[in-house]
Amino acid sequence: MARRCEQRWLPTGGCTIRVGLLLLALLPLQLPAAPPIPAAAVSALDPARPTAIRQQQLRELLRHDCGSCHGLTRRGGLGPPLTADRLQYQPAATLIATILDGRPGTPMPPWRGLLQPAEVVWLVALLQQGEEGPDASP
Amino acid sequence: MLHHNQLRTLLLLLLLLGLGAFSHATEVTTPLRGSGDLAVVVERASGSVVVIDTTHYQRLHRITDLGDLSHASMVFSRDARYAFLFGRDGGLSKIDLLRGERVKRVVQAGNSIGGAISSDGRWVAVANYEPGGVRLFASDTLAPVADIPATISSAAPHRDASGAVLPLSETAAAPLAARSKVVGLVDAPQQQLLVALYDSGEIWRIDLRQPTAPQVSRYLGIGKQPYDALITPDGRFYLAGLFGEDGMALLDLWYPEQGVRRVLHHYGRGEQRLPVYKMPHLEGWAVAGREALVPAVGHHQLLILDTEQWQQRAAISLPGQPVFVMARPDGRQVWVNFAHPNNDMVVVIDVPSRQIIKQLQPGRAVLHMEFTPRGEAVWISSRDDNRIRVYDTATFALLAELPAERPSGIFMSARAHRTGL
Repeated sequence: MARRCEQRWLPTGGCTIRVGLLLLALLPLQLPAAPPIPAAAVSALDPARPTAIRQQQLRELLRHDCGSCHGLTRRGGLGPPLTADRLQYQPAATLIATILDGRPGTPMPPWRGLLQPAEVVWLVALLQQGEEGPDASP
Repeated sequence: MLHHNQLRTLLLLLLLLGLGAFSHATEVTTPLRGSGDLAVVVERASGSVVVIDTTHYQRLHRITDLGDLSHASMVFSRDARYAFLFGRDGGLSKIDLLRGERVKRVVQAGNSIGGAISSDGRWVAVANYEPGGVRLFASDTLAPVADIPATISSAAPHRDASGAVLPLSETAAAPLAARSKVVGLVDAPQQQLLVALYDSGEIWRIDLRQPTAPQVSRYLGIGKQPYDALITPDGRFYLAGLFGEDGMALLDLWYPEQGVRRVLHHYGRGEQRLPVYKMPHLEGWAVAGREALVPAVGHHQLLILDTEQWQQRAAISLPGQPVFVMARPDGRQVWVNFAHPNNDMVVVIDVPSRQIIKQLQPGRAVLHMEFTPRGEAVWISSRDDNRIRVYDTATFALLAELPAERPSGIFMSARAHRTGL
């Protein structure tokens, strides 16, 4: 669904409205703060979070650009796997620092300058939750 | 009035005529064609490939169910009818380009990075990250033939007085159980394969003359983190790029006993390395006449070496980190694409003047370029615009545009007859 939306962003913006409605529908669920909050829904509440359009771009970046070393499905390549079962117990702060500043001595580059810290926080949450990329389902 | 037997004969005759007409009709709808002008485009996100007639810019077939094709590449059978496709997920698929169908697929490892076909066309080799090593298959059936684990050596590098790394036999290398990822697997003349070990910094020369028991010569300590390698189009020199330090490792296959020596070790010295958002690729295409043009890792530069002394002759400044550096077959031009965030651009360099003579915007996320065998046109894939563009390499005019879903690599069947491709 997200994929189909992506192609409609520019001409109509119809998808934005649909996602917006979806987020509104999720809002009441978040108030008791009991269930885990989907990364996409958090942004509606926190202005520092990436916008829906930016989230779509970040998913694309994760799938294709991070994917060139870590695999489209995040199961690894020249870089290590980035699957949720591998990352969920690592401190988020370490993962955020790795993305922002890279890992010296390895090919992992620093993404600071191309990505904002808040965007990296959002990406790490997505990675640790193991949310699938937009093209994942057939 | 017809006799019963006569009637039967007549019916039989009509039936035969009908069959003849039918088979004739089949021939008309599927005319004979060669396979020498085909291109196979990888659709990386959907696990499919498209077979294209490059003479008429026509999509002929789309073949699906090929697995995870991120970073997928392929080699061709020597009759150029079949492609052997290497997927990221360890899948090895044999594709019939003329019938447009998957003939066979085996999942031979957990994570793969490319492959090669032996000079006699009988063996297909796959480079694996997990488990690290090379596996060999019969090209006709994809039956397994040999497994060559990329074990890490416990021996010290063996060098001569000049510092060149000399080969060690498998036993002398005293292998441990731990394995390395392998990169830059290519075929070399006389039934050889060459491969580099990313984690342990080695080059291996593999002799396939006894395919079920390949002989390995190991060159230890050739440099830190070789990331890819190329073999020159004549099959004489194997050149591995290093990520972990400046320079490249060179093996002259006319004299493998003389060892691997370091070239280009002065480049980038004292300069701050820039971040590399995508690993550069090395391929035999980078040789233009008597010069080789290679990406400088961590620098927005292209380095020019002469292919006799292997000394650096020049450096050309570029508007980004180069990924593919491809020489037009006549060597006059070199086309370059770039890593994120400059990956919507391609520049053309005039080799004799070392000048950028053209900058093109073929689309968003340009992942690969492939020249037609004689170089009059170049095919360029744009992942994020879901298309392939074909440009005239003399006028830079757009000749054709074809749709493809998230295209990455473009492989022309003329590779069937080229060493190292």
